[in-house]
Amino acid sequence: MKKFIHDMLVVGRRNINTHYYILELKAPDVLPEIIPGQFVQVEIKGNKNVFLRRPISIHDINTEENTIKLLIQKLGEGTNTLSHIKSGEKLNIIYPLGNWFSKPHEDNLLLVGGGCGIAPLLYLSRYLSERNYKVTTLIGGASKGDIIEPDEYRKYGDVFITTMDGSLGERGLVTEHSLFKAKKFEYSMVYTCGPLAMMKAISRFAVLHGKPCEVSLENMMACGIGACLCCVVETRHGNKCTCTEGPIYNSKELVGWI
Amino acid sequence: MIDLGVTIKDLYLKNPVMTASGTFGYGEEFTDFFDIARLGGIFVKGTTGAHREGNAYPRMAETPMGMLNAVGLQNKGVDYFISDIYPRIKDIDTHFIVNVSGSTVEEYIEVASKLNELDKIPAIELNISCPNVKEGGMAFGTSCHSASTVTKAIREVYKKTLIVKLSPNVTNIAEMAVAVEAAGADSVSLINTLLGMAIDAERKRPLLSTITGGLSGPAVKPIALRMVWQVSKAVKIPVIGMGGIMTATDAIEFLLCGATAIQIGTANFIDPAVSVKIIDGIEDYLRRHRHNSVYDIIGGLR
Repeated sequence: MKKFIHDMLVVGRRNINTHYYILELKAPDVLPEIIPGQFVQVEIKGNKNVFLRRPISIHDINTEENTIKLLIQKLGEGTNTLSHIKSGEKLNIIYPLGNWFSKPHEDNLLLVGGGCGIAPLLYLSRYLSERNYKVTTLIGGASKGDIIEPDEYRKYGDVFITTMDGSLGERGLVTEHSLFKAKKFEYSMVYTCGPLAMMKAISRFAVLHGKPCEVSLENMMACGIGACLCCVVETRHGNKCTCTEGPIYNSKELVGWI
Repeated sequence: MIDLGVTIKDLYLKNPVMTASGTFGYGEEFTDFFDIARLGGIFVKGTTGAHREGNAYPRMAETPMGMLNAVGLQNKGVDYFISDIYPRIKDIDTHFIVNVSGSTVEEYIEVASKLNELDKIPAIELNISCPNVKEGGMAFGTSCHSASTVTKAIREVYKKTLIVKLSPNVTNIAEMAVAVEAAGADSVSLINTLLGMAIDAERKRPLLSTITGGLSGPAVKPIALRMVWQVSKAVKIPVIGMGGIMTATDAIEFLLCGATAIQIGTANFIDPAVSVKIIDGIEDYLRRHRHNSVYDIIGGLR
């Protein structure tokens, strides 16, 4: 899949709350093919402590408008600096990067996102729903402010929510949701993105029930195109770059996950 | 007509801009962004006798105007390079130069001997300066005696252009350069990364799995310039300069300090097409200053 460096026009910038924001970026040309699970490398300007690009999941795309959406959490200097960008400004990105969530073999799919880890799952839920798959999305967060736009996912299927403080949905960890306590785990496959401990717990549960689980890793990286070899994860076939051979992996491939 | 060509021993480069080992893969990773045949040369990833998995994650930490890495020479070994990578790259119209590494002198000899047989590999860069491996690497490059020993051993088995990559983690880099020149090196390249460290104070832990790693990026450029200037005054062989080059102006500074050619490293991670912009920028500079050849500015520091 050919990669591009584009100066994207910021056509939308919206705060979800003090922790999260969404950028909408318009390509200078026709948007290249992008598959759910892929990411972009964003150049951050205006902060001398930020030297490298930042890898950000593609939240959704619009092929008619030639736009992509990025859902970003203010976590460090890079994402904080980027939050000050305004509509009408340009943002340089390299994209589309990485592999993608695989097409399911059977119907009835469960998507599990934790906090900002929900980011790649919006496009995935739409993509799967448009291909007539039944999609259920489970969203977890510390508090209701971490449950980002659940109505967006309701367009494509059922949505369940957990929060640690019980301010929205069931109280507790996402892995403690009642759908994991049902007598029969009815989903044919699980896609997950979020904190490592959450993804490992979800993956163990899925594999225990004989279902495949695909996880989206967010290892630190420099280049994003397979040159620096910094973002590796240990797989059953040796160290692999999460930027080119990931970020999506079947959890069975990852050492120490099962 | 401006002539960008330079020569490293018998190796003619169409321009002095090359990409540094470990920052440009095998070139293929960058073909979506520009025509890599425009480069003077491509230094491919450090290649060892046997396959290496490298160090554990995390291997990278961002630092002010730079980064630390501790990849640890992850590569599939010289035989894989010859069987799988060489056939794919050999007909691309630029020079592929293989960075050679090892834990022992015997391993360096094995890799260099095998590469000597490849028609389309005109040179090797002997890596005696990798700070991220437990054995070999920088251990060879931090004493004149061991640097000289390994260079001599390779000189006996390697008949084409032999470049030795120097470590900045030494008291006197010019002495190292003189030692490898006397041992038969055709050129020296410098600097490799500076040994450094980064810490997460809140968690009270190092940011790299290996604790220490190699610092690169604009933060190291003043040190690299100083070392290139010192080395180019001390040796007669051509010097290849690198360390934090992000722009054509940076590259020109290295040429003025005496480098015959330069390598672009960390900048490739931020702008994959940066090296072609640097080629164009050097040509613009020469035109603006009414020079006809890159040689007009090499060592031209007033």
